[in-house]
Amino acid sequence: MNAWIEKQRHLIDFTLASLARRKAKNLGLLLVYALLVFVLASVALYTHALRQEAAQVLKQSPEIVLQRMVAGRHDLIPPGYLEKIGRIRGVQSIEGRLWGYYYDPVVKANYTFMAPAAEAVKPGTLVVGPAVARSRGLAPGNTISFRAYSGKLFSFTVVGVLPHASELVSADLVLMGEADFRAFFEYPAGQHTDIALSVANPLEVRTVAAKLASALPDSRPILREEVLRTYASVFDWREGIVLALLSAAIFAFAILAWEKASGLSAEEKREIGILKAIGWETGDVIKMKLWEGGLISLTAFLAGFVAAYLQVFRFGAPLFEPVLKGWAVLYPRFELVPAIDGLQVATLFFFTVFPYMAAVLVPIWRAAITDPDSAMRS
Amino acid sequence: MIELKQIRKAFNQGRPNEYWALNGIDLTIEAQKVTAFRGPSGSGKTTLLTIVGCLARPTSGRVRLAEDEISGLPERFLTDIRRSTFGFVFQQFNLIKGLSALENVMLPAFPTGRPHRELRERSEALLDRLKLAHRREARVEWLSGGEQQRVAIARALVNDPKVLIADEPTANLDTTLSREFMGILEGLHAEGRTVILTSHDPLVVESAAVHRVVSMRDGQLTEG
Amino acid sequence: MKLRSSTLAFVALGLAAAGFAATFVDAAWQRERDAIQIAERSALAARLGLTDLALFTEARYTRHPSQADLHSAFQDHPVALEHFPTGSLLPPPASLVSHHERLDRKAAPPD
Repeated sequence: MNAWIEKQRHLIDFTLASLARRKAKNLGLLLVYALLVFVLASVALYTHALRQEAAQVLKQSPEIVLQRMVAGRHDLIPPGYLEKIGRIRGVQSIEGRLWGYYYDPVVKANYTFMAPAAEAVKPGTLVVGPAVARSRGLAPGNTISFRAYSGKLFSFTVVGVLPHASELVSADLVLMGEADFRAFFEYPAGQHTDIALSVANPLEVRTVAAKLASALPDSRPILREEVLRTYASVFDWREGIVLALLSAAIFAFAILAWEKASGLSAEEKREIGILKAIGWETGDVIKMKLWEGGLISLTAFLAGFVAAYLQVFRFGAPLFEPVLKGWAVLYPRFELVPAIDGLQVATLFFFTVFPYMAAVLVPIWRAAITDPDSAMRS
Repeated sequence: MIELKQIRKAFNQGRPNEYWALNGIDLTIEAQKVTAFRGPSGSGKTTLLTIVGCLARPTSGRVRLAEDEISGLPERFLTDIRRSTFGFVFQQFNLIKGLSALENVMLPAFPTGRPHRELRERSEALLDRLKLAHRREARVEWLSGGEQQRVAIARALVNDPKVLIADEPTANLDTTLSREFMGILEGLHAEGRTVILTSHDPLVVESAAVHRVVSMRDGQLTEG
Repeated sequence: MKLRSSTLAFVALGLAAAGFAATFVDAAWQRERDAIQIAERSALAARLGLTDLALFTEARYTRHPSQADLHSAFQDHPVALEHFPTGSLLPPPASLVSHHERLDRKAAPPD
């Protein structure tokens, strides 16, 4: 056992000594390799964390949201719909929601106005999201005026700012009382934006949705699981775009690595001949090369991954943030909660480490079975 | 010690450029003696050396090493025997460029898994004996021809082989260095090692250090 | 005596592996540290019935991708819930498309 370890260490010594001969070239390769892992891992970590975040929010969102469609467009829910739904079995609670968008020309951004049913906001007051507070410079106690779409000017007192921790979901929210909401948007009494339904048994969600669709043919039920899927695909899509853009770089590196690892120079072939002549077995030469490939690819993978983690979760992902999460006038400031997907890491490991090992191994196999007497004949 | 029977060796067998380098060699090489193969280039002496040293297998014929038949052994065992029994000094020295003299000397022992410290001490002692201690960290390409050859000799001895094989050892050396090499040769013989070499250098084949000269021509022995 | 290069390699590799392991520890630690904030965020989402991340506020189909109309502008396919930037590079999978009947079939004049 000791002899085995000592032998492997000898092989590593040798492979490192021969790598050190072309220090700049090999360090350059290692650097580019690590950089590639870094970029891929950054993208993977970032999108995964964002996906997790969306899933976390959606876990709490209503099982079904019911919209009404008129001529293929989202329309208000007329009175009486809530009552009709009330008779469908399996529905635990029904809630008519009031929300809409308001364009603020001052900061050229859209806000989401909302009259929450669960939270009574006193007439004449507002609770604003952190990004709204930031862009308009608001603090509790301030007064703010919005010109409604009707042209009338409304003044409100800010009584609260939503916590920074919730910024990812609440950045642009403006919460107000129901009466204020209806007055501001001249919303007809008794009508709602949409209806949120909660269904106790997850297995019944689809049945309930089907019943809703047949009871109210002009409605469109949006299921939470569909939304979840959509979000996953939104970030998959962004990840995919980045990877597609990167694919040129990936291929370039693949060519470089293949060329470097597999293109045995005449010099290296001669050296293998010498090693075999002085008593190395074919297996020893292959093991030596495996160590070379293993050390380079493992170092590159680990270094690249750690750097990617630090970049994404410690330094706020300055490199890929814009393309991965997009941008907006009113952008939430948030720190991603780290989430590492083991399978994703394993996949990354597999696709970065193994091809390089193979590229190292394939040509050496051919070279290593050359006759040892070539050293004598040269 | 080494017994060759009816050794024939062909290159490119079965092809139009087929060429028989050795044509029926019968030879016994004694242990603890210095034997030289002499002959013009193309006479097959280097090919014979590769067969004696287990670097290549004869096309036909048998090789016996200390009573053991080895010509039929698979590659793995042959490598084992080569590593433990033979040390090689090649005509072009065949050192690995870019590595230090010391690293080059240690190379043949790597597959044995000998402890690093022991191996290093042995290699340093060998270099010391060959008056190269001061050059051990130098890259081999910075060494002179004579120094390179002494590194090659140290490398050949690191596994403590019974037999040292040298191919045209003085071909790249001037007279002074050649004499120095012969001095080393005598030292090896005094240690009880068998030395087999090829040469057409009169300084080598006519030296008192060489006990037996085998002449060759066209792949056959011309005199014993 | 100077260190063997294999020793250095193992130390370097060990450090890198430790760093790799540390990322998982750090991720767990950060999640633990932010647990209250995460809970707060979830609670707010539950209380207000929020359905979307407030990432893109430019248009309703980007602010609330999940709540946008089925046929709102720039939607290239009814099975795609729109997001920003608009459109897709690739068509939706055939298995989804094939569910849709040809609407003009009955309207085609019989020969």
